[in-house]
Amino acid sequence: MAFIEIRKLKKTYLSDGIPVAALKEIDLAVEDGTFLGVMGHSGSGKSTLLTILGGLCHPTAGTVSVDGIDLYALGIERLADFRREYLGFVFQSFNLVPYLTAQENVMLPLAVKKIAAAEKRNQALKVLERVGLSRRADHLPSQLSGGEQERVAIARALVNRPPLILADEPTGSLDTATAAEIMALFQELNAEGQTIVMVTHNLENRSHFHRTVMLRDGLVDAAPIPETVALAAV
Amino acid sequence: MRLRTIAFNNLRRRKGRMAFLVAGLLIGVATVVTLLSMTSSLTMEAQHKMENFGANILITPENDELSLAYGGITFGGVSVGAREIHQQDLAKISTIPNSGNIAAVAPKLLGAVEVGNARVLMLGVDPEKEFHIKRWWSVDGRPLATDEELVAGSAAATRLGLTLGDTVELSSQSFTVTGILHETGSQDDDLLIVSLSAAQALLKKEGIVSLVEVAALCGDCPVDEIVTQISTVLPGTKVGAIQQVVKARIHALEQFRVFSMGVAAVVVLIGGLVVFVTMMGSVNERTREIGIFRALGFRRSHVVGLILMEASWVSLLSGILGFLFGMGATRLILPFLAEAHVQLMWSPWLAGGSVLLALVVGTLASFYPALHASRMDPTEALRAL
Repeated sequence: MAFIEIRKLKKTYLSDGIPVAALKEIDLAVEDGTFLGVMGHSGSGKSTLLTILGGLCHPTAGTVSVDGIDLYALGIERLADFRREYLGFVFQSFNLVPYLTAQENVMLPLAVKKIAAAEKRNQALKVLERVGLSRRADHLPSQLSGGEQERVAIARALVNRPPLILADEPTGSLDTATAAEIMALFQELNAEGQTIVMVTHNLENRSHFHRTVMLRDGLVDAAPIPETVALAAV
Repeated sequence: MRLRTIAFNNLRRRKGRMAFLVAGLLIGVATVVTLLSMTSSLTMEAQHKMENFGANILITPENDELSLAYGGITFGGVSVGAREIHQQDLAKISTIPNSGNIAAVAPKLLGAVEVGNARVLMLGVDPEKEFHIKRWWSVDGRPLATDEELVAGSAAATRLGLTLGDTVELSSQSFTVTGILHETGSQDDDLLIVSLSAAQALLKKEGIVSLVEVAALCGDCPVDEIVTQISTVLPGTKVGAIQQVVKARIHALEQFRVFSMGVAAVVVLIGGLVVFVTMMGSVNERTREIGIFRALGFRRSHVVGLILMEASWVSLLSGILGFLFGMGATRLILPFLAEAHVQLMWSPWLAGGSVLLALVVGTLASFYPALHASRMDPTEALRAL
């Protein structure tokens, strides 16, 4: 069984009372340690796929399992536990809590864990060091650059040592040089065995992925991925 | 890093909102504290007055005859009745179960005496107890000190032409006028007051008293029980409670207390609504943040705990400050309401109650906002995802 298994996944939203199919029928299997890129035009369903994979949104039909756990067979609170133990989220707009320092933001997934405070601080400092930000640990997000905030977000996703990292357009709001640094960081993590699923519209990132899935109108597009045509941002 | 770190940092960051929350609840708690402490202090003052400024139980000899007096007009002259009370029996009053509630026992002997050609009512009293009970008596000169001294009621002094230092012959015994009562508007104005022993000697009624006034009322005194107890130890006497005035005062204070509680309840309700609206606003403002928490694996119960923790800290602060502000306000207002200097009552129960009230109101008012926060859809909260 693959590390991630998605079978006959469908998601239909109601928009002004009219059903809109975001995902029509997706089947996908991802092996442990894979760096998977999910690409597609705006409205292709890639963010919906990531949301469902992250246990944040119930599918209309189909199953999603990670490491053999059927996500949507879990209750709401157990699903929260799953997110805490199995997933690391990296959001496009960083989503750091503005009144917490970089280190405190990194410690957020540990806040509800019964671990000694010193151990939590140590773990947070280690991952901040890993992303090259240990000296900025006491700074608030507003005192950090975009690249630094992204690194804090990555550190936060790593602090729990989750088996799976889900990243949504992590380089979308960064300049080219910083985006390249962040992608290099993801690649390093993947080289260490970390499974990563990244949604992106940037074709240049393709070179970092082991595998790329192209979504079109809620379906996996089997056609070859274009080399030069830029995809519209979500 | 625990939930409390997040709660503390959030409150520290949103100082304005926190101050508004504290103020909303503080006003409610302070109002409750002010009204309760003021009522309590005024009740204490009233009780103090009741204990020290008047009799409320009257002991008279048992009499089967119907009264022949109405509206201050007596038909048939002065009568002290056929039966009398023995002074030595009064010691039994101190043996009743509620003797601790008795502030003073003031025996009296009444009798008519001749002054020149006039007949005047003489009242023999225990000077120390009588002047203690009747604090409203104001004397020109000084009260009685010996058996040869006399204090005249204002009307009696005018009628008999008495002035301070005069010597008066009562049934051929000389007394010096040491004091003249200011007008009281009561029967006391017509009296000549001498010591009990002098009156007993003059009327040849050693060891006998006509009536006894007992001061025994305090807020929680069971006056009716005391009356029954005295009746039991003093058979052959009629013991009655003079309760109308006292009851009216207690009733007025009770009404004030009920009114205070009503006002306090309304203010607390408004405080609760302020907390509710502010917390709902805060939760809606933090939609994205709550979405992050949920995405990172916070359970719904963690989100509820986080919001309630913030609310309880704010409530705790409001409770403490509300108590202090309330006591301060009472201290400022009380002198304008009390007739005499009234001591401010610092009650640990009121302090604890205020903090508890703030905690209960604050957390109850925040419960729905906390529940609302926990039920937020994380995907709605994180639209960027």
